[in-house]
Amino acid sequence: MSMKLKALLKSPWVFHLSTGSCNNCDIEVLDCLTPRFDIERFGMLLAGSIKHADVLLITGSCNRQSVIRLKRLYEQIPRPCLVVAIGECSLSRGMFIHSYNCPQPLDKIIPVDVYIPGCPPKPEAIIAGVVKLIEKVKRDKGKK
Amino acid sequence: MIYIFYLFVYGFLLTAAIGLFASWFDRKVTARVQYRVGPPLFQPLFDIIKLLGKETLVPSGSSKITFLIAPVIGLASLIFVSTLLWLNALNPARTFLGDLIVVLYLLTIPSISIIIGGFASKNPLASLGSSREMKLILSYELPFVLALLVPVIKSNSIRLGEILNFQAQNGVVAGSLSGFLALAVGIICMQAKLALVPFDIPEAETEITSGPLIEYSGSALALYRLMKNMLLFTLPFFLIIIFMGGIRFVGIHLLYAFLKYIGLVALVTVIRNTNPRLRIDQAVRFFWGPMTIIAAVAVTLALLGK
Repeated sequence: MSMKLKALLKSPWVFHLSTGSCNNCDIEVLDCLTPRFDIERFGMLLAGSIKHADVLLITGSCNRQSVIRLKRLYEQIPRPCLVVAIGECSLSRGMFIHSYNCPQPLDKIIPVDVYIPGCPPKPEAIIAGVVKLIEKVKRDKGKK
Repeated sequence: MIYIFYLFVYGFLLTAAIGLFASWFDRKVTARVQYRVGPPLFQPLFDIIKLLGKETLVPSGSSKITFLIAPVIGLASLIFVSTLLWLNALNPARTFLGDLIVVLYLLTIPSISIIIGGFASKNPLASLGSSREMKLILSYELPFVLALLVPVIKSNSIRLGEILNFQAQNGVVAGSLSGFLALAVGIICMQAKLALVPFDIPEAETEITSGPLIEYSGSALALYRLMKNMLLFTLPFFLIIIFMGGIRFVGIHLLYAFLKYIGLVALVTVIRNTNPRLRIDQAVRFFWGPMTIIAAVAVTLALLGK
């Protein structure tokens, strides 16, 4: 594996974006930073600016207002980047599946690398999802 | 040729290695203060390598050349300062007239490069952060220069090497009352120069999302991060040289050098973990009020020979 990719997997800085979630998933994401779970062990930091980020964590049901912002942020993130969908809403729109305001699920809008289900997912589930993401990137690189 | 060797090996490689270690130490101590585990040892190095491999985006409408050259200017001047300090620490006879002043103004250039980069990036938050950084420089430079006057008065010289020789013969500057006060002012000013809490007003992660650096990505951001990590070595090293008798690489003195440096870094970390962020007007009032008065008292005491 190249040094570049190895370093990316050793220090993935995450940018956290809510596209109209009920705030539960966002609180669980913040829980990952607390002493009990401490994702800085794996080198993950919460980036304030999208230009510093490697991983885009997306929660919420992608409503019409936020889809514009979501696309703009996805264009601004420096490549190589990864996208993680967190929570039922961003996976399949959850209870808003018949809503007039949520026309498409997230993975029809931008490519998603890993899905973390749950309403909301536990911090353990989020960490397990990120570990799967890292393994997936390693495996895909191994095939090529 | 020998100077290129010094510039590259001592000024860049050694400083960067110790700076990255200090950055890890800072993050680890922060994590332990908060009852967390903290990052592994090579984390800062992996951050830099990762950022070097990422895409560098230049915002449209920004001044492209200024935007990309600003981090290079900051890093280059910092490498010069580190080389000067290493040369004096290794052999005090290699000093020249007024190198203290050269070090003083070259140490300001990393902050100025951050200001230039922030203004060049055409982002309102970056401009806000840059203007705050400028006010912060104006506020801390006055007490910092006053504090540096104390070793100059005591050793009656503006050469770093002679200040070191003076301390080798007459004991460290920080041992006297005026020297101790000046060192305390110097440490607080170092905190502001490093832009760490309580003086992280220009960056203010939660408020203006890393301020001047907001538009930087990829290798340009890597240069800025490396610069900040190296600054975490250079500034304590400067204070050690002028206040605490420098470092020597023989026998037990190696342990003393390590303890002096780690002590200063740990002090910086503890200050940053136990304080809230100040507002910019509070910071200016703090530096121009109490800090300048303490530094002036220290200078007066030094003139009286205390």
